[in-house]
Formats: sequence, structure tokens, C-alpha cells
Amino acid sequence: MNSNINTLKFFAYSYLLFLYSPVLLLPIFAFNDSTIISFPLNSFTFKWFAGLTEETYLQESLKNSLFVAISTSILSTCLGILASRASARYKFFGKKSILSFLILPLFLPEIIIGVALLVVLMQLGLPLSLWTVILGHTLVCTPFSIAILNSAFANMDMSLEEASLDLGETRFGTFKRVILPMVLPGLISSLLIAFTISLDEFIIAFFLTGTETTLPVYIWGQLRFPAKLPGVMALGFIMLLLSLVLLSLFEYFRRRMNRILEDQSNVQFDNLFKT
Amino acid sequence: MTEKLKIDSIKNIVELDGVEKHFGGIAALDGVSAQIREGEFFSLLGPSGCGKTTLLRLIAGFEQPTKGNIAIDGFQMHGVEANERPTNMVFQSYAIFPHLNVEENVGYGLKRLNLGKDETARRVNEMLKLVDLENYNKRPAHALSGGQRQRVALARSLIMKPKVLLLDEPLSSLDKNLREQMQVELRHLQRTVGITFILVTHDQEEALTMSDRIAVMFEGKIVQIASPQELYSRPKSKRVASFIGVMNFIEGQLLKDGGQVTTVDVGILGNVNVNPDQIPIPLNPGPVIISIRPEMLTLLFEDRDSTEYEISGVILESTYYGDMTYYNVQINGLKSPLTISMRNTAGRRVLGDGESARVGWGAESLVILKNSEV
Ligand SMILES: Nc1ncnc2c1ncn2[C@@H]1O[C@H](COP(=O)(O)OP(=O)(O)O)[C@@H](O)[C@H]1O
Ligand SMILES: [Mg+2]
Repeated sequence: MNSNINTLKFFAYSYLLFLYSPVLLLPIFAFNDSTIISFPLNSFTFKWFAGLTEETYLQESLKNSLFVAISTSILSTCLGILASRASARYKFFGKKSILSFLILPLFLPEIIIGVALLVVLMQLGLPLSLWTVILGHTLVCTPFSIAILNSAFANMDMSLEEASLDLGETRFGTFKRVILPMVLPGLISSLLIAFTISLDEFIIAFFLTGTETTLPVYIWGQLRFPAKLPGVMALGFIMLLLSLVLLSLFEYFRRRMNRILEDQSNVQFDNLFKT
Repeated sequence: MTEKLKIDSIKNIVELDGVEKHFGGIAALDGVSAQIREGEFFSLLGPSGCGKTTLLRLIAGFEQPTKGNIAIDGFQMHGVEANERPTNMVFQSYAIFPHLNVEENVGYGLKRLNLGKDETARRVNEMLKLVDLENYNKRPAHALSGGQRQRVALARSLIMKPKVLLLDEPLSSLDKNLREQMQVELRHLQRTVGITFILVTHDQEEALTMSDRIAVMFEGKIVQIASPQELYSRPKSKRVASFIGVMNFIEGQLLKDGGQVTTVDVGILGNVNVNPDQIPIPLNPGPVIISIRPEMLTLLFEDRDSTEYEISGVILESTYYGDMTYYNVQINGLKSPLTISMRNTAGRRVLGDGESARVGWGAESLVILKNSEV
């Protein structure tokens, strides 16, 4: 009994160790004063970080990445709102299967999405650019947005909207004054998660990018030059921190959303007629 | 302060004319017609699922009737959206906006009127005072109790000065004591503001204590509209009679309809004469149902007690309620036992099971109904 639990604990800890110890190497070598990535360590330095500011290509690709990530997060969140709202409020033929297909990209290997999109774009004769990357990223991020927003919309009490209309507010005003504030934390969660995914995404960006590259594609290009490796480590460390901040924010807003939904269900009572 | 009701102006504020509502072939409302008068407290009473909420939602404008017309304040409501109707609704769930505090909830509908900050605050405070929630302005929605939520919902609707206030089972989620207190307060509030209230309830006691008039609904139809007194003492059918309070039914015969007096044969009770008003819907001679309320039957405790008519039986069961005792009495010669309620007075003992009893009654307390289930 007890030994079983201990074995489980052992596996859990070793799993976490395998998962995260490579990540710990990032900060170690990012501050190490040597171009060679190996132990023993030399002295402590900030020069790899300072060096980043001189890389014009890096700054270009960072700008591209931000552009792609922001566009993607807005697009996928908008699509998520439309899909969740439709599924929460309307009955229509094939609703379940449509939703499953919308979620499907979550489980498709990105390389398949990348190649498939590339083929389609080629056939259509569309030139590759940051917009094609945004297209690919939106496809991958929308399922996340739907998953997050769906619970926010589906759990909203219909009579809140009716109460707003009843008090003389228009449909648009109701959306602005009741629906939006109630789903706002969910909305922010969706923006954050889509932004984070898009910022880190490599495979689709690699396939669909034109002459302008995103940050992960730039990093991949740098790996060919051993001298650039510590700089890449420093950059990786910054991105790691950024992702952590974004994910914590995401978690914070996700919890807030759940709390609002809970408050609402305290406000309503279960004997209400649900359509 | 109090706007006084004008009894002489019998204006209809809501007119329902043959209203039907079908949900995928199933008729939730099956031809409802009624006139609701300005300033009255009107209740829709019926068992769960009979279409009360649906009717209220049609009046509010959340749904459109499949057939028939609804007019409010003389205007046809066909195609008029909920936000343009002079009605407001207190939802069964109260639907308090969870992201807003009390004053934001109450002032929600004023925002579109652009009254300015001071005037809005003044009206909100006035309303909070009316519903006894002074100084609750900044309280967040989730920190309110059930009763307070209900008051916020009321204030939020009344602040719009609607022509008609619609209330969907507003007391059903409150506990018993609070419910009884709120019955009185709601009634009082309605008198104070003078707005027409249409209240939906499945609780006959609630309807009786609060309403000016009650519409009893069964299966999507209104079967009787009457004042509480009339509904209780002159129900038009066996079904209404047993839905409102307790009623004893005895099979009998209507012998002859003689205009001013009608003779009925009450089986073992013999022939009695009744007045026309004791027959709520005209009947032909033949089998009828004779009904009598438990409090209209009397147990005769003393030898010298006497009433117009008297029968004898045996106590099957007695239930003591403090102020009242309910007896189940098997009458010699009757198929089913009668329920009799007696007020407990000083010195009056409670009869035990198996004791023999004399039961007194009067002809004027009988109501003669059609012999059918409906
Ligand atoms: N939106 C709807 N869709 C389908 N059926 C409905 C809908 N609303 C009400 N009904 C049906 O109509 C009938 C009356 O419902 P309702 O008006 O809620 O009854 P009540 O309020 O008297 O309990 C019920 O059988 C209910 O199932
Ligand atoms: Mg109902």
C-alpha cells in the first residue's frame, strides 16, 4: 500500500526532473562567460543579454513575432466568441459535430497542419508572408479559445440577458453591459493563451513564413552558428520568463472567470426553467 | 405619497385574446383570454407545467404568441420587443447582475434615460428605501441573501415605473417564515405604488392572501377568474375546488330547477333546497357533485348543540394543528369519509379515533358542481 504510493511519488518526481532540468540549463548558460555550452562553468556575465540588443535580425523577428501573436490572439478570440455564443444560445443541426471539428486541430500534429496549409496556399497561388503564419496560428489557437470561452458562455444564465432587455436596454447594450463584463476574464484568458502559443510556435511558422521570420524561426537559424549559441540561450531565457508571466496571468483570469460563474450560480436558484 | 386606486375607472391594462403558444407542436398555452385591470394584484395560479411562466414571458415580450393577441395599455404588442414594452419582470431566479453591486443593479435601467448622476442616485436611494434596503448601495451581488436579492430585483423593476410588474414565483425560493412575511410586504408594496402586479404562483395560499383576483390555470387554459373569496366559496369545477384548499365531495342528484330555489338529493342527507348562487355554472337535472368545505361542517360536542341538518359517523383519524384539529369522519351510508376542521377553543376536547360523532351542516354552505372530472 504505502510502498505503492512511494513508487508513484518517485516516478512523479523523476518525471518532473526530466521535464524541467533541461529548462534549468537555459539560465545557467545564459549567464556563463563562455561560447562553449558545457560544464565546468566560467564566470558570471550579462554580455549575452547585452549582445542581443545589437542583433538587428533578432529585433526584426521579435517585431514580427509580436505582430503575429497579437493578430492571432485577437482573431482566435473573436472566432472563439462567435462559436461559443452560437453553441450556448442556438440550437442547430449538427451542433455537436461542428464543435468537435472546431476542436480537432488541438489533436492534429502541427507538422500536418503546416504541410496541408502550405499545399493549399501554393495551389491558391497566395504568397507566403506573416499573414499566412497568422492564418496557421489562428487555426491552432482557435480550439483553445473555444474551450476557454465555451464554459463562460454556456454557464451564463439566460435570464440575465432577458433582465437587461426587460429593463429597456438594447441587444447591443446588453452585450456591452452584461455579457462582455461577465465573460471578460475568459476573454483575457483566451487572448493570453493564444498569444503565448503563437509566440512559441515553430513548425507552422517555419512552413508558412515568407522572407520575414518569427522569433522561433530566427532562433532555429542561429543554431547553425556555435558562436551564437549563448546568445540563443539568453534569448530563450527571456522567452521562458515571458511565457511564465503570461501563463500565470492566464491562470489568474481563468480562476476569476470561474469565480464569476460561481457567484452567478449562487445568485440563481436551481428551480429555474432551463431551455 | 400613496397613489390612490380609482375604483370607478375599470380600465383594462392587459388584454389577452385567444393567446396560444406552441413549442414544437406541444401547446403550452391553449387559447388564453383574460382582462387584467389597471392597479390590481392579479395572480396566475396553477400546478407546475400548466403554462404560467410561458404566459408571463409572452406578456413581457421574451416570446411571441403562436396565435392570438396581447394588448398592453391599449396597444397591440405584436412585434414589440421586450425592451420597448411598459412591463418589467421579477425573474424566478431574480437574475441579479453578478458583476454589479446593489445600486448598479437597481439603477441599471435608468442609464439609458440619461438622468444625470444626482437624479439617478436620488431615485435609486428612494427605491432602496421603499424595499427596505437603505445603505446597501455598495453591497456586491454575491453578498446578498435570498430575501435581499428579491428586494433588489423588485427595486430594479419598480424604478422603471412600469405599467405592469410581472412576478414569476418570486417567493418560491424563500423559507417559510420569510415567505409569509414577504406575502404581506408585497401586497403592501403593490398598494403603495399602485402598479398592476401579475404574479405567477403554484401556491394557492399565496394567491389567496395577496390577490385582488386569481386566474386558475390547468394545462394551458384559464378555467376560472375570480376574487379569492369567490374562488374559495364558489369554485366552478371539481378540479378548481380541490386545487384551492380542501373540499369534500358527495355524489347527488339535482332534482328540479325551480328558478329561485333548486332541490338537490344529497343521498343519505336527504333532499335540500339551495339558492341559484350555489350553482356556479347552470346545470340540468341529473347526477351532480355536491361539495362542502371542512370548516362548514361542524362536530356537535354537546347534546344541546344543533344545526340545520345532522348526520352521524365515526372518527377515523384526528390531526391536531394547534389552532385547529382536522378530523376524518366516516359517515354512515357515505362511500368516502369527510374531512372536518374544528377550531380548538378553551374547554373543547379533541375527539379520539373510533369515537362516534354527530356532524352538523347547513344547506347554504353547499356548492353544486357538474359531475365530471374537469
Ligand atoms: N422554451 C420551451 N421549449 C419547449 N417547451 C417549453 C418551453 N418553455 C416551456 N415549455 C413547456 O411548456 C409547458 C409550460 O411551461 P411553463 O410555462 O414553464 O409552466 P409553469 O410556469 O406553469 O410551470 C411545459 O410543459 C414546458 O415543458
Ligand atoms: Mg414557472
